[in-house]
Amino acid sequence: MSRNIIINIIRFLVLVFIQVFLLKNINLYNFSTPYFYVLFILLLPFETPNILLFALAFILGLTIDAFYDTPGLHAAACVILAFVRIIFISVTVQKDGFDNEPEPTLGIMGLRWFITYASVLTLVHHFFLFNLEAFSLSQLEFTISRVLLSSLFTVFLMLISGLLFFKRKERK
Amino acid sequence: MRNLLIFITKYNAFFLFIIFEVASLIIYIKYNSFQKASFINSSNEVTGGFYAKMSEFNSYLKLKEENDELARENSGLRNQLKSSFYVDTVNKHKVTDTIYKRQYEYIVARVINNSTNHANNYLTINKGSQQGIAKGMGVMCNLGIVGKVIIVSEHFSVIQSLLHKDSQFSAMLANNKEIGTIEWGDDLNPRKGILKDVSNNAVPKVGEEVVTSGYSLFPTGIPIGKISNLHTKAGGYALNMEVTLAVDFSKLQYVDVINNKFATEQEGLEAQQKKDE
Repeated sequence: MSRNIIINIIRFLVLVFIQVFLLKNINLYNFSTPYFYVLFILLLPFETPNILLFALAFILGLTIDAFYDTPGLHAAACVILAFVRIIFISVTVQKDGFDNEPEPTLGIMGLRWFITYASVLTLVHHFFLFNLEAFSLSQLEFTISRVLLSSLFTVFLMLISGLLFFKRKERK
Repeated sequence: MRNLLIFITKYNAFFLFIIFEVASLIIYIKYNSFQKASFINSSNEVTGGFYAKMSEFNSYLKLKEENDELARENSGLRNQLKSSFYVDTVNKHKVTDTIYKRQYEYIVARVINNSTNHANNYLTINKGSQQGIAKGMGVMCNLGIVGKVIIVSEHFSVIQSLLHKDSQFSAMLANNKEIGTIEWGDDLNPRKGILKDVSNNAVPKVGEEVVTSGYSLFPTGIPIGKISNLHTKAGGYALNMEVTLAVDFSKLQYVDVINNKFATEQEGLEAQQKKDE
């Protein structure tokens, strides 16, 4: 349990650091900007209580906002992401049958489930993030193409990190 | 009552979602419409300090380009020195000049945080109210205009760059002095701006220079960019044209904050005029 908490705190710090000092400067052809930090919310353990999940998502969003100078924007997108995560997990995963609090990682849940999970949640997050940022429907086409290409980039980074820290522990 | 409580605990995810979402949207909308100096931005001590450390490291990587630019500016300044002109008269006279009163003061600052890839872009610099920077001052670098100061703390300031939905500055065509308004283009390209509301009498040419008009925060004649396309979206009774910006915002390292010493006097006068009408 305490090991889980320490791992998640370290993950939080590392992801914020990578996002703010590295990925913030990456921008392919004005279209594709990765928002890799959402991986933190994706990888929280299944057993996290809802209120903690929302609070963590809110805090993560505000931390990123402080560095991006956009108070509330990332926080709003992250809270939506947390809500979609709850729905997605309650639909696709049976609640009973895991021992010692597994996390939804690539190694435990398998490649197919993880790709679906990551792409659905990333798409939702990016969709709301870019639309809230633009705050108008006049350039919807342009915004949607930014959403799609950025999601592609983010999911790609998630898969790479998933394979880097791959621990095979298939659920029975 | 009991049923209501059971209902709320059963669907707690949804209610929590509503609470947190409304909280973050309130923060977002409040900040956007009034630009209140809130503590969640990069001018506070913690994030500002982090950015200052990181930019110190980054500035080493860009030393070469910065040196080139400084050398170019040096040679430009040397060309204006008296000693580089051949003096062909013997007469010298001295005049105590009282005609000129200093109007603009420049404060140099280093950029410690920068973005060019969002719909609204901001910069953070390492000078603040202690060095005499105040809200509303214009910001330029040696290539052209950059933006204006919107939030000031003791040691840091946040600048709303020209690459922002709400940024508008008064501009004019360098050759025939036709006035217009410069703002950022629609397609989020950090090298393109749009010059709007130029009167129909003007005959602009591709490649003509666009400079500041002196009506807003900047002195007259600071470069903004060059006209690259005359046919953009029609604007009705006025001409609109596309401008290639002179400043490469992604490579900004040092900027000058402009303190217009007569600004308060001018604003007071114009406020008076509004009241009288």
